Amino acid sequence: MQNTAINFKRQVTIKLSDARLQDALSRLQTRFVEGRSAVIGEINDLQETRTAAAAIRDRVLNDLEHWLLHFEQQATARGAIVHWAETGEDVNRIVAEIATQHGVRTAAKSKSMVSEECGLNDALELAGVKVMETDLGEYILQLAHEAPSHIVAPVVHKNKEEISDLFAEKHHLPRKTGIAELCREAREVLRPAFLNADMGISGGNFLVAETGSVLIVTNEGNGRLVTTLPRVHVAITGIEKVVPTLEDVTTLVRLLPRSATGQSITNYVSVLTGNKDSADHDGPEHFHIILLDNGRSSILGSEMQEMLRCIRCGACMNHCPVYQNIGGHAYGWVYPGPMGSILTPLLSGLEASPDLPNASTLCGACAVVCPVKIPLPDLLRKLRERQMARGMKSRQETLMLKAWAWLALHPAIYALATKIGVRFMSLLGGKDKLLHTLPGASGWTDGRDFPAPAGKTFRELYRQGKSK
Amino acid sequence: MRVGLFVTCLIDAMRPRIGFAAIKLLESAGCEVVVPEQQTCCGQPGYNSGDRKSAVTMALKYLAEFETFDYVVLPSGSCAGMIRVHYPDLFRDDPSMLARITALGQRTYELTDFLVKIAKLEKAPGKFMGSLTYHDSCSGLRELDVYKQPRALLATMPGVTLNEMVESTTCCGFGGTFSVKYGELSTRMADNKCRHITGTHASTIVGGDLGCLLNIEGRLRRNGDHITRVLHVAEVLSGLDAGQDSEAN
Repeated sequence: MQNTAINFKRQVTIKLSDARLQDALSRLQTRFVEGRSAVIGEINDLQETRTAAAAIRDRVLNDLEHWLLHFEQQATARGAIVHWAETGEDVNRIVAEIATQHGVRTAAKSKSMVSEECGLNDALELAGVKVMETDLGEYILQLAHEAPSHIVAPVVHKNKEEISDLFAEKHHLPRKTGIAELCREAREVLRPAFLNADMGISGGNFLVAETGSVLIVTNEGNGRLVTTLPRVHVAITGIEKVVPTLEDVTTLVRLLPRSATGQSITNYVSVLTGNKDSADHDGPEHFHIILLDNGRSSILGSEMQEMLRCIRCGACMNHCPVYQNIGGHAYGWVYPGPMGSILTPLLSGLEASPDLPNASTLCGACAVVCPVKIPLPDLLRKLRERQMARGMKSRQETLMLKAWAWLALHPAIYALATKIGVRFMSLLGGKDKLLHTLPGASGWTDGRDFPAPAGKTFRELYRQGKSK
Repeated sequence: MRVGLFVTCLIDAMRPRIGFAAIKLLESAGCEVVVPEQQTCCGQPGYNSGDRKSAVTMALKYLAEFETFDYVVLPSGSCAGMIRVHYPDLFRDDPSMLARITALGQRTYELTDFLVKIAKLEKAPGKFMGSLTYHDSCSGLRELDVYKQPRALLATMPGVTLNEMVESTTCCGFGGTFSVKYGELSTRMADNKCRHITGTHASTIVGGDLGCLLNIEGRLRRNGDHITRVLHVAEVLSGLDAGQDSEAN
């Protein structure tokens, strides 16, 4: 997927004045924030569970090569074929080759954010394979030619009316307005796609090393159809998704749906192990697993490694006051919100997304809800430190920071400078004691007044008081 | 006990009355308050902008000025959080300095946290009459667990009615330099906060961090609200919430 994070600021302006988007985002609070809070307390040892989950992820990340090889060995022993992909293009090439090998003309796909990293759908269309998204949200986006704006609820930026219009236009059927009717209509279109598909493509929430299984967590049932009906199944996921044992997965699955959608458990948790063998009635004849690096291995062993713990629940974005106001598209790539503001610079370059680490108040709401205890604000700050170290900050900002640091280390001059500064500001504040403009800080005064200072610093007044 | 007051750079320059309010509160809780004159800034602006080096020098300056006190108190959750939570990270590779900075950090408190937990102030001297609503600033809340403390102190004032706003713990959009760098976004977040404040019909919005209060007040005034009062919790608790700042002397 093309990265437009460089245009973050301009995209923010557009999104803030998009009335439809703002209306859609207003439901995020009820659906996800209140949803999570209603069920997360079911885990009576929540903090210990989060700590355990983080430890499971760390154990894998500290020895990723070992666990990946272990996974490959177990998966292969059970009849799956494991492919290693360094880049998104490699994934596209491997899937196209598998399609050619098995004479695939049509593919039915369940949700996969990793495939969005690769731009897989476009690549397959070019290779002559017709791809149908079958997750309802992803299907809607495919019809609308749009990218997901949320990693769990990809179409959260659209309201029902837009979807009614879209279905009427694309399905050439009378416009429906009820949610149940719309779902039924989508179902009728999708059902033949499942039955006719030569290939099913899915993501993978976890890779279980001890059994070589791909585990997927879904709600709509399309995941089951896609992974069992077609004769070829291709699962694509990131190399960091390995977990040692099924028991470890249960800890993570206690946290994932509760953090993501406010569900105690999703409708389906599918453990996909091996291809169909002679004793099985169902399942794909060929099971391919593609593991994508795409920059992940460069994060291993660095001060940013904790980011790879991420289990893609989306809680950080649901609780982020920045995401809540601008939605996911403004971030410009596959992953939005706090996790995306870290992953996008790491996976597709800090130079291409200079705003993302900075466009956060570091309020910490994300870190509190992260099920695997990723210190997201600290990682954002570390990216800012990288920007500083690489000279990527603007001259103006660097100068201001230097000047402030110098002043703060010279108390006498600091006292004089602030004394003059606050007098000046106090005068400018006038009768209503408000500054309506501030040189160099129009970012503040475009939307807010600045309450004028009293006119004397605490330091001055305190000294006066003492000498009385 | 001997308490060092770190006034913070923002209060020193923008609303000195809060510093005097903090002194009054600490003294009414029986503390001996000292204000080291060389103090300036805790280093948070640089630290959060990626300038770790300057933050280290500020931390050393803080250590030199405040290490001899029994406790250090700041009328700001974000500056206290900087010292308690983030200073140790600055010295993670220097064990001897880390031990000193951590020890001092453990004796460093946000004002309301200190008044409740350590000084055990039983009754706030303020005489505020009316309704107010409380905004929980992010760092104090999430780094220092300051939530109940200001409410407990306000509850000792018989004239105070607390009308809680919805989402009192959601960021107001200040975020230091964020408020200038991403002004439009910051303003929208402030707008949401103002809407929730107005929804309580309280006469006054109170908080524990001046940065957030300036942001909230700035947006309220720009929106034409010149009535809702915006006060630091120390001003309300101490009674130094009315009139001119010069009266603080």
